Amino acid sequence: MERKKANIWRSLGLGLLVFLVVVVYAYGTEVTQVDLSELREERRQESLVRVIRALVRPDIIAYDQEEARVNAPILVPCPEGNLPEIEPAPEGGPRLVISPGCAAPGESVHVEGFGFLANAEGPLRFVPGSDPNNNVSLGRDFINTDSSGHFEADLVLPERESDEVQYIRAVVEKSVGLPHFTKTAYDTWDKIIETVFLALLATTIGTALAVPLSFIAARNLMKTMRSPLAAVSLTALGWLAGIALAYQLSNWLGTVSEQAVASLLISGLSVVLFPVLAALVFRWAVPAEVVELPSREVRIARMVALLGLVVLTIYWLYALAGLMGLLGTQLVGVLGIFAFMGSFLFHGGDILRTLIPFIAAFIGGAATGSLLGRLGQVAAERLSVGVVRIMNIAIAALTGATFLAVFGWIVGWLYEIGNASLTLWGPAAVGAALGAFAAVRTKPKDTLPIGMVIYYIARTVFNTLRSVEALVMAIVFVIAVGIGPFAGMLALGLHTIVSLGKLYSEQVESIATGPMEAIQATGANRLQTIVYAVIPQIIPPYISYTLYRWDINVRMSTIIGFVGGGGIGFLLQQNINLLNYRGASTQMVAIAVVVATLDYVSSVVRERYT
Amino acid sequence: MLQIRNLTKIYDSGVTALDNVSFEVPDGYFLAVIGLSGSGKSTLLRCINRLIEPTSGQIIWDGVDLVGLSPEEMRRMRRKIGMVFQHFNLVNRSPVITNVLAGRLGYINPAFSLINHFPKEEVAKAIHQLNRVGIADKAQVRADELSGGQQQRVGIARALMQDPSIILADEPVASLDPVLAHSIMKYLEVINKEDRVTVICSLHFLDLVHRYAGHVVALNEGKVVFEGHPKEIDDAKFKEIYGQDAERVG
Repeated sequence: MERKKANIWRSLGLGLLVFLVVVVYAYGTEVTQVDLSELREERRQESLVRVIRALVRPDIIAYDQEEARVNAPILVPCPEGNLPEIEPAPEGGPRLVISPGCAAPGESVHVEGFGFLANAEGPLRFVPGSDPNNNVSLGRDFINTDSSGHFEADLVLPERESDEVQYIRAVVEKSVGLPHFTKTAYDTWDKIIETVFLALLATTIGTALAVPLSFIAARNLMKTMRSPLAAVSLTALGWLAGIALAYQLSNWLGTVSEQAVASLLISGLSVVLFPVLAALVFRWAVPAEVVELPSREVRIARMVALLGLVVLTIYWLYALAGLMGLLGTQLVGVLGIFAFMGSFLFHGGDILRTLIPFIAAFIGGAATGSLLGRLGQVAAERLSVGVVRIMNIAIAALTGATFLAVFGWIVGWLYEIGNASLTLWGPAAVGAALGAFAAVRTKPKDTLPIGMVIYYIARTVFNTLRSVEALVMAIVFVIAVGIGPFAGMLALGLHTIVSLGKLYSEQVESIATGPMEAIQATGANRLQTIVYAVIPQIIPPYISYTLYRWDINVRMSTIIGFVGGGGIGFLLQQNINLLNYRGASTQMVAIAVVVATLDYVSSVVRERYT
Repeated sequence: MLQIRNLTKIYDSGVTALDNVSFEVPDGYFLAVIGLSGSGKSTLLRCINRLIEPTSGQIIWDGVDLVGLSPEEMRRMRRKIGMVFQHFNLVNRSPVITNVLAGRLGYINPAFSLINHFPKEEVAKAIHQLNRVGIADKAQVRADELSGGQQQRVGIARALMQDPSIILADEPVASLDPVLAHSIMKYLEVINKEDRVTVICSLHFLDLVHRYAGHVVALNEGKVVFEGHPKEIDDAKFKEIYGQDAERVG
């Protein structure tokens, strides 16, 4: 009895489930407007057939056409009285003979042609109106000439009555010479090359940035990263201060060195001599092996030397950028068809010069951040609990105040508030209070899971940006850098960074832990553990994902032109809008060929490296 | 002299892996740690070089408490503590020589590691260590192309690259057949006798303990149930270590 009851309930539940599923799909069908009656309409089917026929004849290869076009007069309908005088067709060339010379609409006339191209074909048309050169024609028929260039046909006259003379036109076309590529084919070739390189650059830039980012988004690497409060606060402050300082410094260096690097001699000499100096300083300041820690004085001296080297490096980068610009301009003039190499050099220099302040800011931030962080770490370890507690409160309050003040300044700038007490001092006070509160709540010697904080921030940024389609990003970049492949490249590059960053980091999370444990046990630091235990394990999946992403980028770059991002999508969209389906078909063929080739290449590479 | 004092490890899951463990290892000892699977042998070894953070207790090595060291100080201390693993833990896709050189990473400046550079002397030393374990000819072979016994020899060479004062061997022969087990144990014995390196080795088989170890610490459910000379393990002690149902074989 008990069992039977249960069965009824289960059957009822199942029935309800089936009913619900049916409802869901029924509603889905309604919402997506599934309607086959439209497809059955003759008008739709005709258009469809026309488009499909155009699509299977891509506009790639064409012949030069030799064409004979002859008009013969006809009267529709026959006039009352005599036929007007009709001038005879010129002798020699192809000619048409129509009998009778007049007829009523709907009647058929016999058309005979002599002296046309042999074994050719073409349309036979009725040209309404009195102008023999009128391009509007109707009453289409098809003719084939025999080996002597003769044809015969019967043409039914259309319902076009006129008092004036109208014409019947025979056009005979014949392909001559060798086949050649059409203009569409050439345009498509240009654009598909642009597309492939757009995808290549986007993938390269994306990969280069995604690899380091993937490590900070990997839970297993970040979980063990813990620091005392003082170290965390000082690192954050150090990054901020370092970024600001180094950015200013590099801009200042850029202005100061502008004159100097404009001279080929000075910039050339700087570029060549600096690496020698750098190598010497580096050899002294960064010994290959550290068995015993050197004395504090030596360590400080080395740090100062490295700092000087960093400043010099910024100058060297400016000199290098200047030299690239100078050489590039020179080379464009002399390289002929390889002028693009010169312009590549020139633009490379330009990009470098633009990036230097940011590179410097990053290096400065990292250096100051890690230095101050180390200071905080040591202080937190060495000092007594009471001192650490006071230090924590002070530093955390300062950090909180600084960061909220910066945040407030940004908000003030964005919303154009212009009220310092509201956007600067207010947030600073709140930040100081929050920082102090956090410091009071934390046990002085406790370590904070700063790694997991960074991990969650990185993950959130990745997921947020990843959910924005590359097409949408392209629209933004088109506004920033103008219509063209550069905007598309930036959009695809950014999207590549975030999606590869996520995929990569998941690979890092799934590596074998044994080798990591072993490398850590030798006394390797975090960076060395990544280089020697993590990277060798992730190379095969990284290659595989990178190729997969290139694949995606090529396909994306074929449509990113729809929003002005350059590449073949621009042509494709244009041809679709112009109803030039043969042209569109050419571009679709090109896309298919490129995607298929790439797929094959990537499968070969993947096989080799995994 | 390595002194373990009141070492306790309670995992986040609430499992007590080590319960108030105390013993001493004078320099130059070959100490075997025995016990059932899950008795805390691996946790004990990993607490010594702090791959696992102990919950409480002290690990005093030559007067320094390892538990109190900062991460950076501990990193430098680990250079002197080699480790050999049951599953070898080699980086499979790297060549043997790189795996051996990795033992030196604690001494190498991280800036050089970024470009995978080792000084020439270190490369020569790595070849020398491979020679000691008899597989110098395999230096350029990928680690996963070696047999299990060869992989463990690479593991030993890697530990030797550290110029260790102590080697922690976590079941170094448990994944190998008995013949290979002896060859690996002999390498550890040589290192212990010739280089005067203290060896702390967890083992499953009592015959290996009798053959190689001078001293034994036995763990059961995280507690030390026996400490002394291998010969002193009689049937009563055996049942205490391995449980009442255990049979003595071999």
